[in-house]
Amino acid sequence: MDSLFDFLLLIFTDYTLRTVTLGAMILGLVSGLLGSFAVLRKQSLLGDAMSHAALPGVVIAFILTGSKAPLVLMLGALAAGWLGALLVQLVVDQTRIPQDSVLGIVLAVFFGVGLVLLTWVQRQGSANQSGLDTFLFGRAAALVMRDVWAMAGVGGAGLLLVGLFWKEFKLLSFDPDFAATLGFPVGLLNVLLTTLIVVAVVVGLQTVGVVLMSAMIVAPAAGARQWTDRLDRMVLLAALFGALAGMSGALISSLSRGLPTGPMVVLCASLLVGISLLFAPNRGLVGAWLRQQRNHRQLRRSAVLEALYGLALSHGDATHAHQLGAVRAAIPGVDVRRTLAALESDGLARGHGGDLWGLTPAGAEEAQRELHRFERHGLDELPTRPSSYPFSAEIDPAEVVK
Amino acid sequence: MKKQANGSLPIHIEDLTVAYREEPVLWDVDLDVPDGTLMAIVGPNGAGKSTLIKTILDLIQPAAGQVRIYDRPYSEQRSLVAYLPQRGSVDWDFPTNGLDVVMMGRYGHLGWLKRPGPTERRLALEALTKVGMQEYAARQISQLSGGQQQRVFLARALVQDAQIYLMDEPFQGVDATTEKAIITVLRELRAAGRTVVVVHHNLETVPEYFDHVLLLNVRVIAVGPVAEIFTPANLRRAYGGHVEFLLAKAEEPNPLPVQERTNGQSV
Repeated sequence: MDSLFDFLLLIFTDYTLRTVTLGAMILGLVSGLLGSFAVLRKQSLLGDAMSHAALPGVVIAFILTGSKAPLVLMLGALAAGWLGALLVQLVVDQTRIPQDSVLGIVLAVFFGVGLVLLTWVQRQGSANQSGLDTFLFGRAAALVMRDVWAMAGVGGAGLLLVGLFWKEFKLLSFDPDFAATLGFPVGLLNVLLTTLIVVAVVVGLQTVGVVLMSAMIVAPAAGARQWTDRLDRMVLLAALFGALAGMSGALISSLSRGLPTGPMVVLCASLLVGISLLFAPNRGLVGAWLRQQRNHRQLRRSAVLEALYGLALSHGDATHAHQLGAVRAAIPGVDVRRTLAALESDGLARGHGGDLWGLTPAGAEEAQRELHRFERHGLDELPTRPSSYPFSAEIDPAEVVK
Repeated sequence: MKKQANGSLPIHIEDLTVAYREEPVLWDVDLDVPDGTLMAIVGPNGAGKSTLIKTILDLIQPAAGQVRIYDRPYSEQRSLVAYLPQRGSVDWDFPTNGLDVVMMGRYGHLGWLKRPGPTERRLALEALTKVGMQEYAARQISQLSGGQQQRVFLARALVQDAQIYLMDEPFQGVDATTEKAIITVLRELRAAGRTVVVVHHNLETVPEYFDHVLLLNVRVIAVGPVAEIFTPANLRRAYGGHVEFLLAKAEEPNPLPVQERTNGQSV
């Protein structure tokens, strides 16, 4: 690999790399887009259950037809995944077992049956069947253009349905009861949306495998949710994240022989989620932490300013200096020294040496403004101050500051 | 107290029984809601108030009995009925804004495949203005206060432009501004000849806000005009042992019932 350019050129010239990259991108795009609805409906685990449930479908489809054509195996996966989803719904409706338990049970039962059938088929020993086990962990390198076309076809049908029923799916995800009162067949729409999630799972099976596929349903959507508060943008962003994860995963895995594509794609998607969780502007943890620090700093400054002011008022001079200890006693639990240093550098407070601190005239005005601000909002509504707070209302602050 | 001509009644319920598993939640409920009334449904927790509303709306299948909306099944009369669910029934962290939620009230009129357009946007904005929320139209719904979220839901019900409004605890945990906004809207609806049925918790405000009341505790305890029905005797029948405490609030501030409560705690 001489340069990045040569490497990128490979995507267009190298058949395998191109196929794998394209396949991984389609998989990411479809699962990101459809997974958004699963995540918003708090059905993240459904993807996990459906992908595991798809395994016996793949094997049975092979046993019945003897064919390994991607479309045949996908249809098998689709049927089994769908059956699993239906079973989950049935058990949830008819019993008192909570949904997450049912999902766990269905996942285990279907996956177990799938593994048994898979082992059995492999014992039969016809050369044709080697390769079914790629569905376990996925083997993107084995993708051919035919697979990519099948993925694009199945995925495209899913996207078309989301486009058609956008309004209905939105309402169903937000407020299903209300949708029912308006006359929308909520049960049917539920089945349709679940089917689409199964479709997303099926699209990714060959590349990522049943075990990791659920991550592709959840990760792009969870990441996208961090960046926007609009459903359409979230869904598009999730599709973009998915495609990006697919592309970068495929490219990274092509760099070295030991890097399997499916897991790389999932890792890339997880990385995107990590970045989103940390750095998204409104919901990101870093932003929230910074905002919190800023608020605390601001509150500390106000507290110290007002404490100094209150202490000074009883001497009839707003800039009268006091011992650090007196300020600390007035507002316990506040890091007074550090805040005073910050106030001093802003020219609002001044150290007179020997732990004596007082306000500057500018600081006194600032403190007055703060107090007025609270008065406007009504002092009653403020949380009660510590009783040691020495604010004396008898003295008119205006006279003191002159 | 059945009327002979129930043909034109907004809501007519006959022998309605609803059960979750084996437990009856509503038992043999008969109810006639006359046109243009503002009716409160009150009763203790677990009395089946929400269940009654949801059964009228076909969200819950009754074990027996029937519901008629202007003498026809609900499924034929959907466009005449608006629904305001409990605020807690949805996830307010859903990625959407107030205006978008209100427009959902038009989805039924739009039907399949059609997308909401300028007309829906205008109607939704009008409804938001009516509840004093026009400034918050573009705000992400999780950033609204509980009362503001409730008003968004109210606007969504208004935009349905129905004859009958079924509201599930719209006053639950709202601020004074919202309470005032809701009661203003309720009175406007009544003035416009609409019928409004509200699940309500605060007995104190029943006489002030409503003209009809249904006292419910699995069975119908009493139903009719507030002046006739909202009596201590009826309330005692609906609420059982806790009634003295509630009555102290419902009636004029009267020290006697409060005392009764402190003496007679062996309920």
